[in-house]
Amino acid sequence: MNRAFLSLTAVALVLTGCGSSGAPGTSAARATSASPGVPSAPAVSGTVNVFAAASLKEAFTALGTSFEAAHPGTKVVFNFGPSSGLATQIASGAPADVFASASTKSMDQVVKAGAAAAPRDFAKNTMEIAVPPKNPAGIAGVSDLAKPGVKVALCQAAVPCGSTAATVFGKARIMVTPVTQEVDVKAVLSKVSLGEVDAGVVYVTDVLAAGEKVKGVVIPADVNASTTYPIATLPKSTNAVAAQAFTDYVLSTDGGAALAAAGFVKP
Amino acid sequence: MQARGALPWPLTVPAAVAAAFLLVPLVGLLVRAPWRGLPRVLATTEVVQALRLSLLGATAATVISLALGVPLAWVLARSRHRGIAVLRALVTLPLVLPPVVGGVALLLAFGRQGIVGRHLDAATGITLPFTTVGVVVAETFVAMPFLVITVEGAFRAADRGYEEAAATLGASRLAVFTRVTLPLVGPSLLAGSVLCFARALGEFGATITFAGNFPGRTQTMPLAVYLALESDPEAAIALSLVLLLVSVAVLAGLRDRWLHAGSTP
Repeated sequence: MNRAFLSLTAVALVLTGCGSSGAPGTSAARATSASPGVPSAPAVSGTVNVFAAASLKEAFTALGTSFEAAHPGTKVVFNFGPSSGLATQIASGAPADVFASASTKSMDQVVKAGAAAAPRDFAKNTMEIAVPPKNPAGIAGVSDLAKPGVKVALCQAAVPCGSTAATVFGKARIMVTPVTQEVDVKAVLSKVSLGEVDAGVVYVTDVLAAGEKVKGVVIPADVNASTTYPIATLPKSTNAVAAQAFTDYVLSTDGGAALAAAGFVKP
Repeated sequence: MQARGALPWPLTVPAAVAAAFLLVPLVGLLVRAPWRGLPRVLATTEVVQALRLSLLGATAATVISLALGVPLAWVLARSRHRGIAVLRALVTLPLVLPPVVGGVALLLAFGRQGIVGRHLDAATGITLPFTTVGVVVAETFVAMPFLVITVEGAFRAADRGYEEAAATLGASRLAVFTRVTLPLVGPSLLAGSVLCFARALGEFGATITFAGNFPGRTQTMPLAVYLALESDPEAAIALSLVLLLVSVAVLAGLRDRWLHAGSTP
């Protein structure tokens, strides 16, 4: 028991060490010192503009709130959307400080454009079928999506959730013709929760976040596919200190715990 | 003489800024256009499909708006009913409503679970979202008020004397409407149709919300432009150029008749 605790602490310390200035964000630091955190060299303050994949909405919104609480005087402003669209926005000079993508492809696009450097993977996500609570088409597995007359909503192919879903269909050896290819994963989810489609292929985390509004149908591991989420601070950031602090927070044990609670797995 | 010829600078300077503001983005589109790759982009099935769907959808929306909107404009202009002012305000609401909100409203009304769509689905098995008909519905919803408001103004301004003369000569009310009133408002009818068509052609928010996005079925040009921007910006610019050309063609094609019609009584 003691040893387990010690090793956990060690992991926390190592993780803290990895993130250059994330000390005040870790649970250890907060639990032991009631007085305002460990004095770090540059003060973390001001606004951090975070461009994040739509699928990160719930997890990052929660992370943002706790980050603001840990660093009084900071404000985290999110722009959630399709990773591919966000990448284009950043490459054309949108004022972002941090980019969290739902695929390495969209992140690479930004890195290639010179708008991000040294991205680090912080989470992984797998796919799940979302159906309306009453499951009108009686979807029980992936192969049901290929049945004629079943209305399926997918993400468009350029978006990570679209390409990951395509990988799933490839593994399952089925052809799925959707009725709509939505802009991002949350748009797919809303078409499902409104009952306009019989099923949508979304992330495991989306089904969890939607609660009662949709029902999940599990995709077995042998045909399931995953996507990796990288995060990077952007060199053009006007608030590099806070941007780094937020990125470190996402990569910290606290951040990992919040992401795990939302259904993400470690990269 | 000079006072008559010279334009006051407090007006000309902002006017120049306004003109530049409206034209510079179009210049940007022309300058950045991948002219060399244009034929390749334009020959792709997706683009041909999207363009066809856009023209088809906008035309259908305009025809429906004419068939239903002109009578509505007439009622709004001529009815003396007390509630008519409220009705006018309500039916022109889509003019100011954000199109995405219009799309959500359409889903809640005509979607599979919508208050009307639910019964339509139960009775006939027909559902509108994610179909080409859904595109036309979304475009008509957003564009029809432009026609209604334009034509209604013309109905109000039209000289009632001609109608009364026709009526005293024994024409029925319907004959008066089709033979006298409609020709009187002809120029406005054309102007309203052009506005309606242009609005339908450019419609994005209500379409993607209500009709979704699927190439060949519901992906109109504006949707194709928006989605291409995420994966292939060059293609997006090329598509935008096509839409710009179509818009210019529509304006140019109607400009002569429009001006001509506007200058004659």
